[in-house]
Amino acid sequence: MANSDKPTILVTGAGGATAKKVITLLQHDYNIVAVDFRRQIKLGKDIPSYLVDITKRGFEDIFRNHKIDGVIHMGRVGTHSSNRRSRYNTNVIGTQRLFDRCRKYGVKQVLVMSTFFVYGADAYNPALLDEDTPFKAAELTLDLVDAVELENLANIYLYKYPELNITILRPCHIAGPGVRNSMSTLLSSQRAPVLMGFSPMMQFIHVDDMGEAIAAAYKGNKPGVYNVAPEDYIAYQDALSASGCKKAPLPSVPPALPLTISKLMGWRAFPSYLINYFKYPVVLDGSLFEKTFNYKPKHSYQEIFTYYRQQKELLK
Amino acid sequence: MSVMGLLKKALVTEEIDHQVNQFKKAVGSYGYDAWGFNTESAKVAMSLFKPLYEEYFRVQAYGVENVPSDGPVLIIPNHSGQLPLDGVLTGYAIATRDSEPRAARAMIERFFPTVPFLGNMLNAIGAVIGDPLNCARMLKNGEAVIVFPEGVRGSGKLYEKRYQLQRFGNGFMHLAINHKTPIVPVGIVGCEETMPALYNIKPLAKALGVPYIPITTPIPLPARVSIHFGEPLYFEPADTEEEITQKVELVKDKIRALIAEGLSKRESVF
Repeated sequence: MANSDKPTILVTGAGGATAKKVITLLQHDYNIVAVDFRRQIKLGKDIPSYLVDITKRGFEDIFRNHKIDGVIHMGRVGTHSSNRRSRYNTNVIGTQRLFDRCRKYGVKQVLVMSTFFVYGADAYNPALLDEDTPFKAAELTLDLVDAVELENLANIYLYKYPELNITILRPCHIAGPGVRNSMSTLLSSQRAPVLMGFSPMMQFIHVDDMGEAIAAAYKGNKPGVYNVAPEDYIAYQDALSASGCKKAPLPSVPPALPLTISKLMGWRAFPSYLINYFKYPVVLDGSLFEKTFNYKPKHSYQEIFTYYRQQKELLK
Repeated sequence: MSVMGLLKKALVTEEIDHQVNQFKKAVGSYGYDAWGFNTESAKVAMSLFKPLYEEYFRVQAYGVENVPSDGPVLIIPNHSGQLPLDGVLTGYAIATRDSEPRAARAMIERFFPTVPFLGNMLNAIGAVIGDPLNCARMLKNGEAVIVFPEGVRGSGKLYEKRYQLQRFGNGFMHLAINHKTPIVPVGIVGCEETMPALYNIKPLAKALGVPYIPITTPIPLPARVSIHFGEPLYFEPADTEEEITQKVELVKDKIRALIAEGLSKRESVF
């Protein structure tokens, strides 16, 4: 039963591992309403949970039935899921409908989960990209247009409708227990593809730390755009080794060859349109977030990779 | 044991291990910094490079103590020799000096990251692509950065133009002023003779997307190399690009003087 003294947060994509952590952290101080379009989520009797697509009309009923004060929008379809059109519909059209409902029902705060993929993996990328760095993702592949457009949309609403208090987070690779994104799938696998002669610098954040970062950003309510990434770096192939993965080297030249192999193999976690992210670095400067929200991740890389290593040992 | 572990065990001496451990260089939990520098790779690379530095090129470094022991600094040498050997030799000299050795980062041509193995390898030993944003970030991080303002104009020039400074870009001066960073001018003598180029096959270079394809020796020749570090220069802000160019000319004059000093001291090329 909702406590009328506490503000209410709508969490989209509530079935994800990060969202569950966020809900655990916020449910003491806020009423939570959970939404997921993939499956019905059971989060206990105090948390109403809906299985609904945010692009459908029925989604508005949630705003009619609950006095929503804030939204944490994590219900974006990942880069490795679904097809380009479907991702665009959910991530861009769906998000716009969500923002419009937020305006209509007087929501006072919105937090949007974006992704570091928007920066694009380019050979000429400098290190420590800050939040003002122009996006290159759409230039490299049309398959990331939905991610870039979601960001652009959120930025338009951030400046056009300041009453929504929009905060946009661009996290690095989220990893750890329960995470099912493309990188976590690779780290969990016994053998993961690598491009011969390329091992770009990467950053990882533990799912629990990401949950805490989102909770801190929501409670802090300082609208703007923030990278979320630790001040620590590791080469992709070292991350695989540390996670107990064997490497499956793919020829990297000519550039079309690994793309063709990826397409033929149908690798969802190593799709052809993300191959540049396994070739060139996208290293973020997360200092603005850390300073603004007085935040430091607690889990080390060693803890993250040990988890994947131990999971493999359990399966033996 | 990993390949890196085996190489380290086989190659890295206690002396090099000690030198690299003295670097005041912040790296993450797996020994990497944001640009891909890796302490263990640096130790292996320095071990591999030691015989080249000491016995093949018989490098003499003068005034290496002019590079400050900490804080941001731009190290500005003349560029020559087709390959980026001059950058590596300069970096090695600073990394192995007797007192307070430090890691120096060389800015390299933009096409290197696209070359399999080589790009990652260069990053691991401290090189980064020559992007002004990268350089600015590194100076903010208090790094020693080696910049060749001549770029490929210097490294790819023909032997007939040896020891003639080519046009300098002004970018390094803007960075020095904006980040209140001293400039250490450096004159390198000997690298011009390591790979003397007689001709540049421009059409082939264009077709392959590389800056130049020289007709030169198949491997670098064992020329004696001397590196002359000048005293740090400090520059006040400028109002116009013309003033910046004048300041760049001052740096070029210092480098010319250091090259002249090196040439006058040189007793033999090989």
